[in-house]
Amino acid sequence: MKQSSPQISDLTAAMIAVRNDRDRDAFALLFDHFAPRLKGFIMRTGTGSGQAEEIVQDVMLTVWRKAEQFDPERAQVSAWVYQITRNRQIDVIRKENKPLPEELGEDPSAEPDASQILAVEQEAGQLRDALGRLKPDQREMVEKAYLGELTHQEISTQTGLPLGTIKSRIRLGLEKLRHELKELR
Amino acid sequence: MTTITHHAPDALLAAYAGGSLPQPFALAVAAHISLCLDCRAAYEAHLATGGAVLETASTEAVSDGLKSNVLDLLDAPIAEKPVYQRSGAFPGPVMEALKGKPPRWKSLGMGVRQSILSDGRDGSVRLLYIPQGRAVPDHSHNGLELTLVLQGSFSDETGRFGVGDLEVADQTVEHTPVADAGAPCICLAATDAPLRFNSLIPRLLQPLFRI
Ligand SMILES: [Zn+2]
Repeated sequence: MKQSSPQISDLTAAMIAVRNDRDRDAFALLFDHFAPRLKGFIMRTGTGSGQAEEIVQDVMLTVWRKAEQFDPERAQVSAWVYQITRNRQIDVIRKENKPLPEELGEDPSAEPDASQILAVEQEAGQLRDALGRLKPDQREMVEKAYLGELTHQEISTQTGLPLGTIKSRIRLGLEKLRHELKELR
Repeated sequence: MTTITHHAPDALLAAYAGGSLPQPFALAVAAHISLCLDCRAAYEAHLATGGAVLETASTEAVSDGLKSNVLDLLDAPIAEKPVYQRSGAFPGPVMEALKGKPPRWKSLGMGVRQSILSDGRDGSVRLLYIPQGRAVPDHSHNGLELTLVLQGSFSDETGRFGVGDLEVADQTVEHTPVADAGAPCICLAATDAPLRFNSLIPRLLQPLFRI
């Protein structure tokens, strides 16, 4: 595992180790962190304990199998795991595959830029803090939206969450990836 | 790549990220994101918010055996789902809906054709093929309609829509899209309700063609 920066969070470092080195100890660390959160998150939608654990198992296996798609220059581990989880829940509950955007065509760089990773982590941290500062009823609306319990008509984009800054940062990561794609061609 | 000027509204991207969009709309949004870096960034920002919700969720202890189960299964062989690549004007999610095959066009008259990708209780989604100067028959909506241009362009009362542009129309919009000069316009049209045609003849054709 490359010690590119001591400041990168343990979770991101573990995910990079899983992606680059198929590191099982790092995966175990991710499991310990995410499995109980995932189970709590999934059970909030009314899924029973047994089925929730089946979904947790599927999600964690996908984290291992699709690790090459994880791009720390665009996403924190939690955002990536969240996406896998919602897709899996939809597949299981609605018995249909959620249409997904096509991948950008090339796997993310194996030697990511530490400053970009740190910036993404910082923005995600601020988003989490902002979520924590919302009034309880507003926070519940946000949680419902991301649990898939609100329709697009019911979703208010006036949540008070600072999405603009993290969007700009992700956009930089996307542009870098697209630039690398062009150079490969 | 042409410049995209009509984007997915933020509430639609949030609902797509959260997973509450009906299948036809989810396909249109996934196809737009495949073509639009701006909306991809906005969508991933919503995933980051979802990640923050997950990160702060109250935890539930998992069964003792779950971790060892998962660790044992890490390298078990699995059936890989096919990954559909972009083909010509059709982005990956549309190719997936087409199951990798070219669209099967059915004539609607006047050179206009359609290929229905899905039609069910949560709405319908189809491809439309409109030669230059031809109009999609005037229609009004029961619900919401998303139209994504994949080739050529069309114009209607609300503006001009080129490749990658997404038009969002609800029941308050009575519009008549006409394909611009040049290559035939191909678009993906998703609705959460059956389309109604205002003019007499298409109305008679409605059951036959499942418009
Ligand atoms: Zn867009």
